[in-house]
Amino acid sequence: MTQIDYSAFNTPGRGRGVFDVFRYHYLLRLLIGKSTSLRYRNSVLGWFWSYVRPTVQFLVYYVVVGQIMGMHGRVENFPIYMFSGIVLINLFNEAFGSATRSIVENKALVRKIYMPRELFPIAAAVGSFVHFLPQLVILVLACVLLFGWIPSLASIGLIIAGLALALLFIFGIGLLFAALNVRYRDASNIVDIIRTVATWSSPILYTWAMVYEHTENVRWLFYLYMSNPITVAVEFFHQAFWAPLVSPEDRVGWPPQMAVHVWSAVAITAALLILGQLVFRRFERTFAQDL
Amino acid sequence: MSETTTTQPRIIVDHVSKWFNKRSSRSFKDAIMNWVRRRPVRSQQFQALNDVTFTIEEGESVAVMGFNGSGKSTTLKLVSGVLEPDEGQVLTRGRVAGLIEVGAGFHPDLTGRENVFLNAAILGMSEKETRERFDEIVEFSEIGDFIDQEVKHYSSGMFMRLAFSVAIHVELDVLLVDEVLAVGDAPFRAKCNAKLKELAAQGVTMMVVSHSKAQVKALCSRGIVIRKGRVIFDGAIADALEVLES
Repeated sequence: MTQIDYSAFNTPGRGRGVFDVFRYHYLLRLLIGKSTSLRYRNSVLGWFWSYVRPTVQFLVYYVVVGQIMGMHGRVENFPIYMFSGIVLINLFNEAFGSATRSIVENKALVRKIYMPRELFPIAAAVGSFVHFLPQLVILVLACVLLFGWIPSLASIGLIIAGLALALLFIFGIGLLFAALNVRYRDASNIVDIIRTVATWSSPILYTWAMVYEHTENVRWLFYLYMSNPITVAVEFFHQAFWAPLVSPEDRVGWPPQMAVHVWSAVAITAALLILGQLVFRRFERTFAQDL
Repeated sequence: MSETTTTQPRIIVDHVSKWFNKRSSRSFKDAIMNWVRRRPVRSQQFQALNDVTFTIEEGESVAVMGFNGSGKSTTLKLVSGVLEPDEGQVLTRGRVAGLIEVGAGFHPDLTGRENVFLNAAILGMSEKETRERFDEIVEFSEIGDFIDQEVKHYSSGMFMRLAFSVAIHVELDVLLVDEVLAVGDAPFRAKCNAKLKELAAQGVTMMVVSHSKAQVKALCSRGIVIRKGRVIFDGAIADALEVLES
């Protein structure tokens, strides 16, 4: 027998998890480009829809929550308060949904050719992020043109921190549910429920202060509420976009012990990333069989 | 052989077994109904591969043969990394790419050009490599001006020709060929076979799964016959074909 030098060999099908995404950045770029260029294929108005949908959603909330339910009277400059939160929730809902579906939608590839499968949920989430950018542009333009917002360094820092936290959270939870969805299609129903709850479980149509009042006797519930990474990101956005536009006495300010909430949100995000990756690795072994 | 031999195998399949689940119940409702009717509730195991062992040396062209359901495609998928063995191990050396159902990565709404870049990347090529070979790929596929058309407007022959052409121009050390060579018309098939032979002559290791006797004979020197998940013959291609027929 020839002496075999095993160091030169690879075990096919074993990647390095999320880290492979960096090595395969060219393929990732193509996958993202594919999803963004295909999104409005065969649609006459195309990207216009990316602006129309949030606008309609905004108008509905503006009328119902602002006028009819009277939030305009309770929160100064409510439209900006609301819109700066909504964009993040939209990002979460869309990215989370498409990441969850990504493996099943690419089943032709997953079943036939090996590549790090983490690429699919990550590409789906980043693709949704690209579609979130027009909304962010509208928000920034509205703040600058209508209210004379001058972005401060602190605001920009908060925006970037909020986006980073939200995206990492989406990657973690997206990896987890993308993997579960292959074997148990129940996952997509759970995802739908989470997305419905997400709209209301962060302070976008009300303020954290209202939650604080209602949880006077169950303070831990408020802590739980605030440690949601999306809630923390939404508060960052409020402080970045909305707070500078209203007079100091009208600002809601930071919730008590915000630092604790931020750290628990970061911890939850990190834990979910690790859990998502572990579950993904575990389920990945049988993707080709289960699809 | 001495220990100083420099050639190393390209593919090692070492005591590999693979089971598939046959699920009896797909939901709680099914499970309860099966339990009531005294049918099996849990999933049952089905052994697709049983202690398969072989080694493919550098530059060898090996045909894996067997009837439908014998486990040959499973073997190929294990080597490509799409599936993982339950027992034993599979090792490969160098860049492995598969002509496994070419066109899996093609999207009907993208143009031929976009699909070439996407599919090449899926098969492991870099942007630079794809650019360098782009003209060659298009020329081989005989697609011509249609390259900037959306792939859904292609005839099925054109589609397969382009897909095959991308796969065959990937820079690789090991080529896995699944029964894809029913591609296009006779002249194009001949061209494909010629190209495969050229690659083999360049030292590319090949593992071919095919039902076409003529093709296997022309391309491979060694045959592995699998029956019901076991290797029942491993040797010269002519003998392997005889075993297969017996």
